Amino acid sequence: MADASGASGDRGPVTALATPIRLDYRFTAGTAQSRTLRGLARGKFIGQRCPVCHKVYMPSRGSCPTDGVGTDDEVELPDTGTVTTFCVVNVPFAGQTIELPYICAQILLDGANISFMGLIQEIPAAEVRMGLRVEAVWVPEDELGPTMASVRYFRPTGEPDADYETFKEYL
Amino acid sequence: MSPAPPVHRGSRPVAVVSFAQTQHVRREANRNEVELLMPVIKEVFANIGITKDDVGFICSGSTDYLVGGPFSFVAALDAVGVWPPRRESHVEMDAAWALFEAWVLLQEGEIDAALVYGFGKSSMGDLAKILALQLDPYVMAPLWPDPVSLAALQARALIDAGKASERAIAEVAARSRRSALANPKAQVADDWSVDDLMAEEYVVNPLRRHALPPLTDGAAAVVLATEERAFEWVERPAFITGIDHRVETHALGARDLTVSPSTTKAASVAGAAAGGIDVAELHAPFAHQELILREALGLPDSVDVNPSGGPLAANPIMSAGLIRIGEAAARIMAGEATRALAHATSGPLLQQNLVAVLEGT
Amino acid sequence: MAERCAVIGVGQTVHRSKREDVSIAGLVREAAQRALDDAGLGWRDIDAVVIGKAPDMFEGVMMPELYLAGALGAVGKPIMRVHTAGSVGGSTAIVAAHLVTSGLHQRVLTVAFEKQSDSDAMWALSVPQPFAAPLLAGAGGYFAPIIRAYIRRSGAPSHIGMEVAVKDRLHALRNPYAHLHLADISMEKVEESVMLWDPIRYLETCPSSDGAAAMVLASERAAGEAEAATGRRPAWVHGMAMRSEPTMFAGRDQVNPRAGKDCAADVYAQAGVERPRQDFDVAEVYVPFSWFEPMWLENLGFCDEGDGWKLTDEGATSMDGGDIPWNCSGGVLSSNPIGASGMLRFLEVALQVRGEAGEHQVDGVRRALGQAYGGGSQFFAMWVLAVDKP
Repeated sequence: MADASGASGDRGPVTALATPIRLDYRFTAGTAQSRTLRGLARGKFIGQRCPVCHKVYMPSRGSCPTDGVGTDDEVELPDTGTVTTFCVVNVPFAGQTIELPYICAQILLDGANISFMGLIQEIPAAEVRMGLRVEAVWVPEDELGPTMASVRYFRPTGEPDADYETFKEYL
Repeated sequence: MSPAPPVHRGSRPVAVVSFAQTQHVRREANRNEVELLMPVIKEVFANIGITKDDVGFICSGSTDYLVGGPFSFVAALDAVGVWPPRRESHVEMDAAWALFEAWVLLQEGEIDAALVYGFGKSSMGDLAKILALQLDPYVMAPLWPDPVSLAALQARALIDAGKASERAIAEVAARSRRSALANPKAQVADDWSVDDLMAEEYVVNPLRRHALPPLTDGAAAVVLATEERAFEWVERPAFITGIDHRVETHALGARDLTVSPSTTKAASVAGAAAGGIDVAELHAPFAHQELILREALGLPDSVDVNPSGGPLAANPIMSAGLIRIGEAAARIMAGEATRALAHATSGPLLQQNLVAVLEGT
Repeated sequence: MAERCAVIGVGQTVHRSKREDVSIAGLVREAAQRALDDAGLGWRDIDAVVIGKAPDMFEGVMMPELYLAGALGAVGKPIMRVHTAGSVGGSTAIVAAHLVTSGLHQRVLTVAFEKQSDSDAMWALSVPQPFAAPLLAGAGGYFAPIIRAYIRRSGAPSHIGMEVAVKDRLHALRNPYAHLHLADISMEKVEESVMLWDPIRYLETCPSSDGAAAMVLASERAAGEAEAATGRRPAWVHGMAMRSEPTMFAGRDQVNPRAGKDCAADVYAQAGVERPRQDFDVAEVYVPFSWFEPMWLENLGFCDEGDGWKLTDEGATSMDGGDIPWNCSGGVLSSNPIGASGMLRFLEVALQVRGEAGEHQVDGVRRALGQAYGGGSQFFAMWVLAVDKP
């Protein structure tokens, strides 16, 4: 306890120092990703095809990761796809916005060649399975924006599950 | 095929055979790092008609704190296309050190060519705050010293030691920006008189705006090759006859800020003491630091310093050091120089320094 | 590899959730000093330093090699900092080893660390990126779907992961440096623990640790001098390799990545290894979530594809009765200072080959494999150490 004169008395050595750090960044989506984002603002999934391997990437990244070339060919994809794999998230963490538990799935849109991460809702966690056919549920039109958050979640379409053979190479 | 220059350090002559860089700008608003890099990678290969399959090792330099996210170097790999799987590594340092890592590997004989690249967009965050995080986290960083103020401390020490004057600093700045007029990639190039520069207000006394580096978004790449490959791909490779780097203590108060012993030592190990340097590209982000480095390297006045304009003309963090090596090599490959010195620095106030000596035949 | 290289000293800290008794410099010096003592050397005897760690956001210090230059005795010497995501501890050791095998230096100190309690590791791993949906919940959230895919592909029964979780924690009880010492670990306890990212349970997950690892790597001449001075034998490097592949591309196999297979093929060719399960006496492999053991058993060629879970199930990888013990130190499941974890794999096999692993020593080790991986199972670093000179 400090005494009235301000001497530190018997408080012991300083063992820790807390330095709050706040850094603000201006993030550049990039020209390719911007095309995907503008598509999302219109409620559409826009992918890009690589001129060398002809694979379709959604979201677009500007460069084919295996060929290192630009992917300028645009492809509009449907709202439907298949869950190739998933997990049920049950752990709270800093920055978490979605109520636990939630299902985080890899979704392969029809016509795309890579899957992306999406949230699955309108089905009990225990019933989610690989091969589940799903469709996108968008936010209301006036809330659409250039962000993946324009997609609220994916829900089952009710179709029969996709055959394992049709998506096993995407795992 | 001409004989390769004798090697001062290492067992095999390794050469720079290609160099490419972005058009350096204050702010690249549309393209992200990958898109910034793609044309540079394409160009560095196209210069010599090779592809990614011709290089056995890829090494890059970049830092997460510039990007604002962890593992930021991973996305950049898409600019190269690392498939089939490749030997690849990364240093969280200026790409000049990635070049050093590649040079070490090339000494051994299993691979004969390497791609080195660096990138960084200073415009994304507040560089002054970011660089404060490089400092001792217990006693310095919490004070948030900005790099310009620190540089001003060093400049003041230099002037008080009688080793520089404000005018001499302005002369460095004027000469650099004038040289940059001949560099199409430079960001800041102009023909200012020293008197005009001396009339500027101080930003932090004794440094005026002209003494500070610009903020730059940019990237660069280099291809290294061993002797046989080098001569297959270019007529006049720039052989690295020696390269070394050294670091000083981090505690600024424990250093004499007016000298650069680590630069002197690195230069000595790299064989620069033999003299005969035509061109020197020095990574001196602040104008007064060029004076410190000249002295540390013992460069005579006859040496052409920073014909590219140096970091005062463009300062893309994480590739500015690599660019010094690339620019020096470019002079040799163009037949404009026979023996060049390139220097790169890391950390506050020239704490760590790398020196490479390059020769053409 | 032109010149020979050997490990002549190793040191590590006791790994704990929080090392509040030391600064970052203190943490790395603890490991480095132990490595120097083990090598019978002083700070002055080191020619160069190579340090590695994971993203700087784990401590909030940018490019910490600058701040640590003095603490690591690097003033006047070369120092480099490697960052290759989770494999960094391994790739750091490899970069350091090349400074010796290239003939450049005689004695190199290599250090890897993480003091992740200083910041928030889960936040640092999942810093929200604009325009993306904030779904990613840490590394487990990324790997759980991949594990699910492995289980489906291989037809493995659901208890395999738990077997690994138990085995590695039992091994850890014999390692005084390990973070987790769960004396009462059992299949029941693991099964009861909360499911974090189905199918990964809490007790099938690595801890978050503060810790550091260090090694002294030496040339043939310097290794001979060290052995003569200390009486401890060197662990000779017989092979080292690194491979990377992109995070995501059409047709990528994340369960059995090609970069891992290629890296293993390279290092086995260097070391003259043809049948890993038979040719190695012990291995330290980066298993941060239980199911990575069967996955890596396949990827590293210890068995055919699809059979990894059978080796685990029959106890082949246990110190107690197994023919190819994996992670006798307790592995990443028992200690995980992220930047150091890769180097701990490399360091632990050095201990095994030198006969210095104490209670978790496997008898008669002649040759051992260290493996580290990082990123989205895309960066691999491996080395083979042996008792004999290559």
